Amino acid sequence: MDLLDVSLVNWSRAQFALTAMYHWLFVPLTLGLGVIMSIMETLYLKTGNEAWKKATQFWMTLFGVNFAIGVATGIILEFQFGTNWSNYSWFVGDIFGAPLAIEAIFAFFMEATFISVMFFGWNKVSKKFHLASTWLTVFGATLSALWILVANAWMQYPVGMEFNPDTVRNEMIDFWSILLSPVALNKFLHTVLSGWVMGALFVIGVSAWFLLKKRSVDFALKSMMVGAIFGVVSSLLVAFTGDGSAYNVTQRQPMKLAAMEGLYEGKAGAGLVAFGILNPDKKSYNDNENPYLFKVEIPYMLSLLGYRDVNAFVPGVKNVIDGGYPTPDGKQPLSFVEKQARGKAAIQSLANYQLAVNNKDTAAAALHKAQLKENYPQFGYGYLDRPEQLIPHVPTVFYSFHAMVMLGMYFILLFSLVLFYTYKKKIENANWLLRASLWSIPLGYIAGELGWAVAEVGRQPWAIQDVLPLQAAISSISTDSVKITFFLFLILFTALLIAEIRIMLKQIKKGPEEA
Amino acid sequence: MITYSFLQHYWWFIISLLGGLLAFLLFIQGGQTMLFSLAKTEDERRLLVNVLGRKWEFTFTTLVTFGGAFFASFPLFYSTSFGGAYWVWMAILFCFIIQAVSYEFQSKPGNVYGAKTYRSFLYINGLLATFLIGVAIATFFTGSDFLVNKGNITNQLAPVISQWQNPWHGLEALLSLRNLSLGLAVFFLSRSQALLFFVNRLNSPEMEKRSRKNLWFNALPFVVFFLTFVIWTLLSEGFAVDPTSGTVSLEKYKYFTNLIEMPIILGTFLLGVILVLYGIGRTLLSAKFKSGIWFSGIGTVLTVCSLFLIAGYNNTAFYPAFPNLQSSLTIFNSSSSLYTLTAMSIVSLFIPVVLGYIFYTWKAMEKKRTDIEDINSDHHSY
Ligand code: HDD
Ligand code: HEM
Ligand code: HEM
Repeated sequence: MDLLDVSLVNWSRAQFALTAMYHWLFVPLTLGLGVIMSIMETLYLKTGNEAWKKATQFWMTLFGVNFAIGVATGIILEFQFGTNWSNYSWFVGDIFGAPLAIEAIFAFFMEATFISVMFFGWNKVSKKFHLASTWLTVFGATLSALWILVANAWMQYPVGMEFNPDTVRNEMIDFWSILLSPVALNKFLHTVLSGWVMGALFVIGVSAWFLLKKRSVDFALKSMMVGAIFGVVSSLLVAFTGDGSAYNVTQRQPMKLAAMEGLYEGKAGAGLVAFGILNPDKKSYNDNENPYLFKVEIPYMLSLLGYRDVNAFVPGVKNVIDGGYPTPDGKQPLSFVEKQARGKAAIQSLANYQLAVNNKDTAAAALHKAQLKENYPQFGYGYLDRPEQLIPHVPTVFYSFHAMVMLGMYFILLFSLVLFYTYKKKIENANWLLRASLWSIPLGYIAGELGWAVAEVGRQPWAIQDVLPLQAAISSISTDSVKITFFLFLILFTALLIAEIRIMLKQIKKGPEEA
Repeated sequence: MITYSFLQHYWWFIISLLGGLLAFLLFIQGGQTMLFSLAKTEDERRLLVNVLGRKWEFTFTTLVTFGGAFFASFPLFYSTSFGGAYWVWMAILFCFIIQAVSYEFQSKPGNVYGAKTYRSFLYINGLLATFLIGVAIATFFTGSDFLVNKGNITNQLAPVISQWQNPWHGLEALLSLRNLSLGLAVFFLSRSQALLFFVNRLNSPEMEKRSRKNLWFNALPFVVFFLTFVIWTLLSEGFAVDPTSGTVSLEKYKYFTNLIEMPIILGTFLLGVILVLYGIGRTLLSAKFKSGIWFSGIGTVLTVCSLFLIAGYNNTAFYPAFPNLQSSLTIFNSSSSLYTLTAMSIVSLFIPVVLGYIFYTWKAMEKKRTDIEDINSDHHSY
């Protein structure tokens, strides 16, 4: 394979997106349900009430089914960096590999060890040891989320590294700035909390089903209460950290923000689109078509959220490409053309440097190295040809973002109502609310997947922001190979998903008495 | 003094140790291939599934850790081998996806495809994963068909630096008899170890007797294939690296020389082999002896670890490239930076803590041998 094959890049993307999105069907429930069942077991130990033990065991069985398939999809993701993004793995393996290894050593072993006590240890170890194991399983799962999200955040906001032209690789220079980067911390909180929301939705939805069927009422009411309190807290925190996510995006990935808001022409004192429909006739970033057919705006809100200043200038797609717009720190951002020139210069300097080293010309090598260093922040732009390549798919990002936010607001409302009715002991007869809870389970999954679509589609074309575009990140394999594995994964995961859903439904129908 | 070279050696040791642990834990896979042969009744089959099922996550997690540690410490290997020998690794991954759900799903109502399907998944995992991992490891000694050129990154149209040179993407490794012999050795070893594990864990005189008998048919082929691979490797040419220039060349009896020049590894290797043979031999000869798995398990870790070590230590290229020897990967040219290796080494100091709590919980959970009554009375049995 000589020429870079666009379809290879796209099929590799499709495969990654497929496997990641499947993984994300199972992970949030692990994170959320895990905490809820640990709380229930704690209540069991505190009160000695066997009903809490039954409830714990019921949710634990569902946890186990979900967990297994989460593990099955996770292993692919890890090795896929090597199989399908091999250039990426080499270019930044120094930084990116470390969190994955730490995740395996710390988190996965913790999960694997204590999950077996949790499942098989009821009659073998003391109650306290058992409870500790349940919490440690969930702690392990959350820790694994931390490390993988640190890795993912680093791709959005690469810090703590330096390019070494001798090894032709980025090297880690500061572990703590990678771990503690604001993007990483916020991403961790928002994502894990979104898993908690998912767990709470699942618990109140399933409990609602029992109440509608008038089965296991005591169990259902107990679960409803725990689920609703947990849900109110986590959905509020999701909204709060979601605002933090948007703030980080504004600061560090202006193009993603512009896509999220469908903003082409930037402005000062920009409003936040509460609801909008994009104009399908807008074909290019610099035609004069209005980007919207219709929109409802909250004035000044975008500037306020993005820069904590009502009058701040928010750049649109066009500004990011043309550069030169006002920023809070007063620096003038470069245009695409300037960045591209610097990127190409950086790549050329690297080539010259390698040549000079081969010819043992130290003076020339030092010169090229210095030039490379100067232009390295724009390295990735050297692989791009046209400004359009900088723009992610706006409708996907825009609609995903707005739907996620609306769902987030809706969940706050739902949990509050459920909590209120449960507290007033009226939930049993509020059939409309029970039905709404039941049908909201899928909405939680949708919100999570949409969130990832915003984050990942929004950072196109970058594998690593500004440093490595996707086409320079792939493996040199034939498109057909990737197509084959794509469809194999699709078939296999779908088949397993169908089995998982049916098993879950059967287990739920059995109810807590038999679980 | 902690130098860069020390850390590179240290990390190659960690990789080797993880490789050894993985080879040992593959007994789970070996056991899965006997669900349909060793077990005669449904109860017996459930018994096997359940004793294996309480451990399967460890093999899986060790594999993930092996991958993660390789990624962090020798990223150039990760990208060259996984991206190049695409089909071998993908086949191994598929074997593990189908394993991960099979324990949890097989006995649950509504599982769509029936217990038999999930047990076949376990069987496939046991059969192919062990064999393919063995073949993949053998290429550390026999070489692979790739080129590495770091200059490619400056070519905007074809920036990929590691390029596999044939369209088979790793499947060609199956054509080498030497690779096959290690694959088969790992396969029969994992089955032998599973039988030793059953002898140790099961409270079922019937199954124990059958396990001891079956051990003959697995241990003998294991010894034959293992010796074939080892003798062949020690007598062949190896991939030597010139320590000053970094040039790679073929050297006669390189791996044999490595053993002789590193007597500690030689000792470890021999000790490992003896422990494996002792664990198997005594189980075969004495009907009372039940601890064979401990001897052969520790022996396997030591032996496999030493094999990895002679592939990477003493100026040897651990991932040889035969189209051009100079593309071969060594622990020096494929490792992470000094900083990353240092940070990761600090992390690795926690490994004993991890091993400690694993050991503690196992002891708490496994006070007595398992029989079918335990399974039937367990809340979460498969
Ligand atoms: C139940 C799921 C859920 C809900 C209700 C929300 N989110 Fe979210 N969101 C996620 C689940 C999620 C996620 C799956 O966890 C993402 C994907 C990547 C990430 O970092 O978290 C995400 C990403 C994400 C991003 C992109 C971050 C990036 O690109 O790095 C932003 C800006 C927001 N969210 C903002 C919000 C706001 C303002 C919400 C208002 C309530 C909200 N989210 C609710
Ligand atoms: C588990 C939750 C995740 C989901 C649902 C998800 C979703 C997606 C989606 C939708 C794409 C496709 C983007 C496109 O087609 O343009 C994608 C691509 C990608 N994501 Fe994620 N992602 C997840 C987690 C991660 C994490 C944790 C990482 C890194 C640590 C990551 C790295 C990547 C990479 C390398 C690609 C391929 C390149 C690309 O097309 O952008 N993803 N992901
Ligand atoms: C590209 C990114 C990702 C990779 C490479 C990856 C890798 C893995 C692997 C290998 C496993 C199986 C571990 C085992 O052996 O037990 C796993 C499970 C898990 N992962 Fe991921 N993962 C990714 C994305 C994510 C994200 C974004 C999260 C959470 C925010 C997450 C959280 C978890 C959790 C909690 C588990 C436990 C099992 C389960 O939930 O079913 N992962 N992951």
